[in-house]
This record gives sequence, C-alpha cells and structure tokens, in this order.
Amino acid sequence: MWDYTDKVMEHFKNPKNVGVIEDPDGVGEVGSLACGDALKLMFKLDEQGRIQDVKFQTFGCASAIASSSALTELIKGKTLEEAEKVTNQDIAKYLGGLPEQKMHCSVMGKDALLAAIDNYRKGAKAGEKIDVDVVCNCFGVTRQEIERAVRENNLTTVLEVTNYTKAGGGCETCHDDIKEIIAKALREKAEAANRQPKKKKKMMTNIQKIQLIQETLEREIRPALKKDGGDIELVDVDGDLVVVSMRGTCARCKVANFTLKEVVESKLREFVTGDLSVVEEKTLEDAP
Amino acid sequence: MNVYLDNNATTMTAPEVVAAMQSHWAELYGNPSSVHHFGGQIRKDVARAREQVARLLCASADEIVFTSGGSEANNQAIRGTLDAMAGRKRHIITTRVEHPAVRGVFHHLEKQGYRLSEVPVNRNGELDLAYLEQSITPDTAIVSVMWANNETGVIFPIEQIANMAKARGAVFHTDAVQAAGKLPIDMRKIPVDLLTISAHKLHGPKGIGALYIRKGTKLTPLIIGGHQEGGKRAGTENVTGIVGMGRAAELVIEHLGEETERVSKLRDKLEKGLLEKCKGVVVNGKHRLPNTLNISFEFIEGESILIMLDDLGISASSGSACTSGSLEPSHVLRAMGIPFTLAHGSIRFSLSRYNSDKEIDYVVENMPAIVDRLREISPFVGLNGSASSFGAPPACNT
Ligand SMILES: Cc1ncc(COP(=O)(O)O)c(C=O)c1O
Repeated sequence: MWDYTDKVMEHFKNPKNVGVIEDPDGVGEVGSLACGDALKLMFKLDEQGRIQDVKFQTFGCASAIASSSALTELIKGKTLEEAEKVTNQDIAKYLGGLPEQKMHCSVMGKDALLAAIDNYRKGAKAGEKIDVDVVCNCFGVTRQEIERAVRENNLTTVLEVTNYTKAGGGCETCHDDIKEIIAKALREKAEAANRQPKKKKKMMTNIQKIQLIQETLEREIRPALKKDGGDIELVDVDGDLVVVSMRGTCARCKVANFTLKEVVESKLREFVTGDLSVVEEKTLEDAP
Repeated sequence: MNVYLDNNATTMTAPEVVAAMQSHWAELYGNPSSVHHFGGQIRKDVARAREQVARLLCASADEIVFTSGGSEANNQAIRGTLDAMAGRKRHIITTRVEHPAVRGVFHHLEKQGYRLSEVPVNRNGELDLAYLEQSITPDTAIVSVMWANNETGVIFPIEQIANMAKARGAVFHTDAVQAAGKLPIDMRKIPVDLLTISAHKLHGPKGIGALYIRKGTKLTPLIIGGHQEGGKRAGTENVTGIVGMGRAAELVIEHLGEETERVSKLRDKLEKGLLEKCKGVVVNGKHRLPNTLNISFEFIEGESILIMLDDLGISASSGSACTSGSLEPSHVLRAMGIPFTLAHGSIRFSLSRYNSDKEIDYVVENMPAIVDRLREISPFVGLNGSASSFGAPPACNT
C-alpha cells in the first residue's frame, strides 16, 4: 500500500467540509465513477466576495478524499482571484506531500475549483463542462487540464503526465498528443525565458551552443546508444529547447522518454547550460 | 482485534512449520550434495519434504521439482515446454484472468512471435469452454489454465479442460497456487502435465514452491548449471524452505476435510452478513474456493475501504485501481465485465483455518459504518440517473 503522510491520513479519516450547500454560488464537478475518482465542489460567497462556505463530496481513494478536504481548507475565506492561484502543488504541500502516482488527486482538486469558479462566473448551468477538447478518452482528460498540469508542475514525460492527470493511463493512443502538449509547453517556456533578458549568464552565441550540444551528444550519449543499435540526431535548437530524434532500439523502446529525459537532458545540462530542455521529434525511421 | 483476511495474498506460517525449519537455520547447515554426514542428514530431510509435497498432489516424489515459488514454477512450466519443442508449435493458449506470473509470460511470448489465444470468462467468472475447445489446434503447444482464481476464488473445471487439451495433443499446465490446500488435488485422476504450487499460500514459508512434472513430460530447465533437482533446476537447494514446505503440505492434508468445511461456513457467514447489512453490494464470481469472498460496494472506492478496515485491525485487499498503482481496476474483474462502478469498490476477503467465528462477527459488525461513512462523502449516492441498479439510494441499514 501507499505511504501516506499523517496529514493525508488525518484528512482522510476526518475530512473537513464534507457535504452540500443548499444554495451554492458555484458548483464544479470533475471525474466520473468510471475513472475511479470524482469530486463535486461547491462554494458560497459573502458580501465581500470571499468564499464563506465551501463543501465537497468525493468518490475515490484516501488521497483523493484528503486532497479535497485540504483544498477546501486552503480556499476558505479567500476571494475567487486568490483562490484561483492555489495550485495542485499547494494542495500536495498542505498534506505534507503525496505519492507521485497520486498527484492526480491534487490536480483533480484544482480542476474542480476552476470548474466551480467558472460556473459561478458564467452563472447557472451547474456542473457543465466547459472544456471540450478531450485528449484522453479513457479518463476524459482535456487538453486544458493537461496543459495546466504540465505548466504548473514542469512535467516533461508522458509518465509524469499520467501520474498527475491520469491522461494516457488507459489505451495509450493519446501518448503522441501528450508528447506534443509537453513539447509545446517546453517551447513556450523556453521562449518566455528568452524574452526575459538573462541575468548575467555565461554568454554563448547560438552557434557555440549548438556546437557544444553536438559535441556532448557525440561524446556522452551516442556511443552508449549505438551499443544497443540505436542512435540520436540533433534536429533543432530553439532557444533552450533541444529537439532530438532517436532511432533504432531506443526509439521503439517503451522507456525512450526515460532515456531522453534522464540521460540526454542531464548530460546537456551538465556540459552545456543548465536551462536546456530536451524533446523528441518524431522518430527518424523504424529500423528493423 | 487483529483479523487477517488476506490469505490469498499470503498466509501465516504455521507454528509447526516454523518449528520444523528451526534447526535448518542453525546447526543443520550442510549442503545436501555433500558426501559427508552433514550432507547426508540434510539429503534425507529434503527427500522427506519431497514425499510430503508429492502426497499432497497424489503424485510420486520424482515428479516434484522445488522452485523459488509459484512465479518461477509457472515460468519454468511454460517457457520450459516451449523451449523443449524448439519452435515446432507456435500457438499458445491461456485465459484472460490468470495471475500475472502466467499472463505476463504469455504476453512476453506473444511479443516473441507466438500466436496467443486468451480464453474469455463470463460475468460469473466462468470460463468459455467452447471457445477454449475451438482454440486448440494441432499447432497448439501448451494450454495453461489456472485451477482457481486468486482474486475471485472462481474454480475452473480442470479435469474437463485437461482432457480437452490432452485429446488434441497439447501440453497442459495449471497454476494451482490458490487451489492447493483448499481443494483436493489428485494427479492420478487428472491428466495434468505440469502443475504449480507455492508454499506461502498454504501456511508455509515464502520463496519456495514446486512444479509437478508428470513423468515423460519434456521440459528444458530454466535455471541451468547444476545437477540439483535431478538436473531440472540448478542451484543449491533452499533446504530450510523445502523442509518448511514439506511440513506445510503435511498439515494441509490433515486439515483438508474438516477445516476446509469450517472455513467454508465462516466465509458463507461473512457473505450473508454483509449482504444482509449493506445495500448496493454484489458478490463477484460463482462456484468459488471455500475461503474467498470478492464483494463490491457500490459508489465507494476500494482503497478507502481497506484503510478504514485496517484502522480496525482488519486486513483485506481490493481490486480497485488505486490500490494497485495502476489506473484501471483489476484485469480479472474487467474480464468478467464487472462495471467500473463496482470494480473500483471491490474488496477481497480470503480466510484460512486460523480464522474464528468471533472475527467474522467483528467484520460484519463494523463494515456497515465504514460503508455509510464513505457513502456520506461520495457524490454519487442518491443522484438521479446515477448508475445505481438498486433503485433507492444505497446505504447500509445498520
Ligand atoms: C494464482 C497465483 N499464481 C502464482 C502466484 C505467485 O506465487 P509466488 O508468490 O510464490 O511467486 C500467486 C501468488 O501471488 C497466485 O495467487
């Protein structure tokens, strides 16, 4: 079984703010019975627009119930603008941490909160989903939900996205979509970083950087890959985003993400600059 | 009160077994292959244990090979059979509800190019025998069907299946890890070629199991490099484990009749009690082992139930997604077509001869409050148009 913190156990056994509000100002519902967890969140505002009362109902495991309870405690007394800023990480932190595979419980909390706030702003039509671009059909996870989780938690692999949102945990057909979302988020992050003038960085021209990346790949990574019949090519360097392509055994290997992130990125960060992110382009070819 | 109801996961090591193993941890440390008197004594102990295990299966001692457990025995049986055939037959058959130690092997073999048929089960967990029969062709190398399922306790008609496989010239293996100690097993009557058992499911120690290999069955060893176990499994024997397994088998033979009957009554009492006291409850699986109850509580989630039970000292397990660390509920319940709504709230209670009447009362007394509490938190209870098949909002009537 999982190693839950005492705080998780406390909020599971004695959850705060369970129930319904008769006449709520906003209601948000996420998840479903099929998914194995679901959360219904509702709140009532006072005259100053602060969350006066908040209640939840949760179907799910201990960490789902504890996350819901923690969320309600975190947002009570806050304005909606303040509440919106509460992240899934705040929920996890409040609970003294959650097992990695259970992070989706905290993300579910954040999703329900946003749904409830949205419901309040739109008025009426309780519980209606606004997001329609469903990426993961198995667990009904939308593009927006995945993008937010990737952004707020700096996720870089499909496995991490699955741990945080459940997306990709079923039939796996959406893995390519998830990879694209990750790549896009990384690109955006790199662009944002580029726009902000770097504070006193070791200056390196783009060409120098590309050269250094090439050298590092050649020296540190390619030999190991070649041993297993694989290879890696540098496709593009876009700011701090390094696009590579893998082929051979490693490209088909299920843990290619792992190799990519763990090895390539860490080597490049070590030998080139600490800001680099690595993403994988479509595979070059499917070597037999 | 501590109530252990997770005996399909593992069992308490019987005190008699611990006693039998005691001296093998300490003074009897000799290697059974050694010529000196030290080895000689140990050799006799290993031989006796082999006799004891053989007796449990109504087999002869030279048909028993000790392994590191059920998983190794399953791997040895299946991969060893195919190895021995050297690719002459390319089709393999198993079921959709096998333990991972069989299922994983078959999926691995499928990736390596074998053609795999997986026999489905119905809502009650019963095997589609017509499908199985039609699947077996002259190209079928091996059929592997578990004797009883670890999650639901559903028993398969192994005699009939074994005959089917043999009639068409396929090797037949059965994973009897859950059946052994709970059902009579007689290798003189049933034409099984290979049969797996594991000691820790029958009050023996962990890390020791056995593969029954019917005389004349061709098998390539999985672990090569030593003459032990008649050349069928290299490596200095786990003597302590083997002695413990032998004693455990002996005890099982003693208890099989009367005690199994008593356990079966306790299980029935638990089942009846829960069905009476709680609404929105469904039992999964028909024709089950005498000790197993797999039961689903609608609208609440298995891990939450388990943790609340654990708080009361009650140990059970669940087929819910959350407990396994995967995102989907148990492959067994899904193969049975149990709706997700019920699969997520499934709890497995598995009893043993060490459980008492009082313990069962304690569980039945406490379960309704847990179910009520979690349903209070659940958003699905009492929802209009919810998936409830029970009309009224399900709640426990204490
Ligand atoms: C049906 C079945 N087969 C095989 C095994 C594996 O046995 P072992 O734990 O001895 O490797 C188990 C136990 O988990 C089981 O229930």
